[in-house]
Amino acid sequence: MSATPEELKERIEAGIPGAVAEVTGDGHHFNAVVSAPAFNGLTRIAQHRLVYDVFGAEVGDRIHALSIHTKTAEAEEIR
Amino acid sequence: MSDQAANPLRDAIQEAIDENPVILFMKGTPEAPACGFSARTVAILQSLGARFAAVDILPDPRIRQELSALSEWPTIPQLFVDGELVGGCDIVSEMYQSGELAHTLGIDAPAHADETPAPGSDQAPLTIENRL
Repeated sequence: MSATPEELKERIEAGIPGAVAEVTGDGHHFNAVVSAPAFNGLTRIAQHRLVYDVFGAEVGDRIHALSIHTKTAEAEEIR
Repeated sequence: MSDQAANPLRDAIQEAIDENPVILFMKGTPEAPACGFSARTVAILQSLGARFAAVDILPDPRIRQELSALSEWPTIPQLFVDGELVGGCDIVSEMYQSGELAHTLGIDAPAHADETPAPGSDQAPLTIENRL
C-alpha cells in the first residue's frame, strides 16, 4: 500500500515532539518541510536523521524518496 | 543492526571514505547519473569545481546496505568530506545555496574558478569492487 502525504505528516508530528510538518508527494516521492524545537542546536545531519528515524527502513523502500527541509522553530529560512 | 564480524565490504567503504577527502556515493556515475538526486549533487560539486571521488552503489545492493549501516543515513547520494557525512542531496543543495558548501569543501571562489583543470581529467572515480 502506498504512503500518503497525510500519513507522513501525522507520523512526523507524532514522532518528533512539537514538530510541525508540511508534506507533499505522489505516493513514492515526498517532500517534507519540518520545523521543531527539537532541532535547536542540532546539525542538519542530526535534524534530518530525526525525521528519517520516524520511518526507519521504510525510507528507500515503501517511501521511495523523502526530501527533507528542516527548520528550527525560530530560524529564518536561508535563501 | 548487523554484527561486528569481519566485513570486508564495510571495511573497503570506510577505507574509501578515509582516503578520499571528498567522496560521493551515488547511483550511477558522474558522467551518467542514474537518479535525479545523484545528478543534482554531482552538478553542484562540478559547478564549484570540486574534485571528488565517486562510487556507484548500484552494481551491488550490499554496497548501499553497508554504507547506510556505517553512515546511519538511509538515502543515496551521500557526500563525505574529510571522513564526515555532510549529507544527501537536500543538505548539499541547501549548503550550496547558502555558500556553506564551498567553505566545507575548502573552495574560496564558488563557481567559475580560475584555472580549474578540465572536469574529469584528474578525478579518479573508484569502484569499491576493485578494492576487494
